[in-house]
Amino acid sequence: MSGDPGFWILQTLNALQLSMLLFLLSVGLTVIFGLMHFVNLAHGALYALGAYVAATFAGMAGYWVGFFAAPVAVALFGILLYWGLIQRMRKSGPMAQVLVTFGLIFALWDLTRIIWGDIAVGIETPALLSGRISLLGVDYPAYRLFVIFLGGVVFAALAVILGRTQIGAMIRAGVDNDDMAACLGINVEKLFFAVFCVGCALAGLAGAVAAPLLSVTPGMGLDILIPTLIVIVIGGLGSLQGAIAGSLIFGFVQTFGAVLAPQISSVLIYALLALVLITKPAGLFPAKGA
Amino acid sequence: MKHTTLTFSAAVLAAGLTAQSAQAQDQIDVGLLLPYSGVYAALGNDIQAGFELGLAAYGDEVEQTFNLHIEDTEVKPPVGLAKARKLVLQDDVDVMVGIVSSAVLGAVSDIVAQMEVPLIVANAGNDDATGAGCSPYITRLSFANGQINRPMGEWMAGQGIETVYTLAPDYAAGRQMIEAFTAGFTEAGGEVVGSQYTPFQQTTDFGPYLTEAKSSGADAVYVFYAGGEAISFVKQYDSFGLKAEMPLYGAGFLTSPLYVNAEGPAAVGVIAALHYVPTIENAENDAFVTAFQEKTGRQPSEFAVHGYDSARAIIEAVKTGATTRSEIAAALSKVSFDGPRGALSIDPATNNIIQPIYVYETVEAEGGEGLTQRIIAQLDAEQMPPNGCEMKPIN
Repeated sequence: MSGDPGFWILQTLNALQLSMLLFLLSVGLTVIFGLMHFVNLAHGALYALGAYVAATFAGMAGYWVGFFAAPVAVALFGILLYWGLIQRMRKSGPMAQVLVTFGLIFALWDLTRIIWGDIAVGIETPALLSGRISLLGVDYPAYRLFVIFLGGVVFAALAVILGRTQIGAMIRAGVDNDDMAACLGINVEKLFFAVFCVGCALAGLAGAVAAPLLSVTPGMGLDILIPTLIVIVIGGLGSLQGAIAGSLIFGFVQTFGAVLAPQISSVLIYALLALVLITKPAGLFPAKGA
Repeated sequence: MKHTTLTFSAAVLAAGLTAQSAQAQDQIDVGLLLPYSGVYAALGNDIQAGFELGLAAYGDEVEQTFNLHIEDTEVKPPVGLAKARKLVLQDDVDVMVGIVSSAVLGAVSDIVAQMEVPLIVANAGNDDATGAGCSPYITRLSFANGQINRPMGEWMAGQGIETVYTLAPDYAAGRQMIEAFTAGFTEAGGEVVGSQYTPFQQTTDFGPYLTEAKSSGADAVYVFYAGGEAISFVKQYDSFGLKAEMPLYGAGFLTSPLYVNAEGPAAVGVIAALHYVPTIENAENDAFVTAFQEKTGRQPSEFAVHGYDSARAIIEAVKTGATTRSEIAAALSKVSFDGPRGALSIDPATNNIIQPIYVYETVEAEGGEGLTQRIIAQLDAEQMPPNGCEMKPIN
């Protein structure tokens, strides 16, 4: 522990960076759930796929090509997934959805192993973001600041789209009551499909963003699943505010837990999860329809 | 095949032609018990590749042929146990080789003792396997966790490093590695000013720990990380700019040839201790590295050499005339040879390998792309203390 303010600023930035990475991942999952009542546990596997696609393209043509290719590739894969599986599973109840998408995790895991092998793949931070930036008297890795910034931009963009545009109003109507929305002439199916694609693209983006920070391994999709689900359960299913609040809570509890109470840091977040489930079973900011 | 041989021998015996004709069998059945799926799949594949190269290189020295039975442990103790049972009871193997995870080793070691089947441990480093839990049927040709780190602690103190901050994942291997390092380092006059164990397989972001290490003001940081955690750690250590003010040291798995390319330039300058690196200069290693590169297009890792030396150890044991399970187990503990790692032998007190430890720095390859290992020091052959091992004789 340290009385040095720089130490606490650094740890705050660490917490923010972790939060934003989790936000990018959980927002796609939670919006898909909120709108479609579809539990897509394979979301984490799509994130791993995004990381691999980013690493492959980055190796051939530089980081930024991978950065933009990953969301597109994962969204395309999401379309195949939607037509092949998700559409047929829409009405089959949460238990079947959970089981099928959980199985999908392992199918995708093996697919990545077959294509990319078992040995972890590396990806370099782009030259533009490889140094450190002085901020509030501390040196912080530029790439991590970029992750914080990107998370903020995505949050702001989604907040504007969902809160201020007509398509946002349609999505909110669909979340609140999809039968009524359909009666009002909203093509709910088409809307679902579009939102599913955006959710997949966000998972791919999160993978591309995480790749230079972490190692790209076939199991990364499963590793990230539990934190993502915790974020969603704490924040409340289906809402943007829930995703950002849950991510920030997770990021700060995890980071400061590791510093202040290392012995219990790995159970802290579960204790908090239990507390939230007891006091507010629907999460802190649940969507109205969920 | 084996069954036919046995039936035939039995018939011969029964006919009373000669009681001496329980003659040397012409085939040795070897069970490979390795992970081919799960987090350690890459290690399992490397060990098998090394084992096959070892058979190819030294197999001609004996008349027997080697028949491989390959099973996937999936890094799950119950699966490993079931597969070990299958190898022993159904495939009737003469010797088993493998085990990457110490947890799987723990599950399998009982059956090894009960069924009296020799097991060559080709990775799992748990100190207990050749300590309090030792068995005459378990021989380790890889390393013990403490073996690598204790001499590194002494060496670092000898380099004028006074204070160190340590980090490792919170599980048996992490604790054993760091405890051995701390013992070696403090006995040689150094001081560990802070340490932290990170949640195993749950930590992907080391930022909070790195910030804490930095504020400890230690001369250097010493860590044990392996696999995906090693890659994340090395890259994040570099991204925080810590390398310049606090050099990074560690157990050599940190910058293993298997992972160093994924770490990239972040690994340059990291100094680590290990029992094998591909740049060791001796004739056996030259031949091994060449053969491995032809087979896989990569540099061999420490895991590959475990497989290679395990194959050679079986051949050396068979050379002494051992063919039954108990004969092979007894012969294995007397094996010694010059391998890619240098001179190695088996400690009869614990059945653990005695081998030199190398301190190496990861550097950019000269004139080429990629990274290589520059050996800074070769530490004396390291023998583990018995740690409570009371070796029973083989019945």
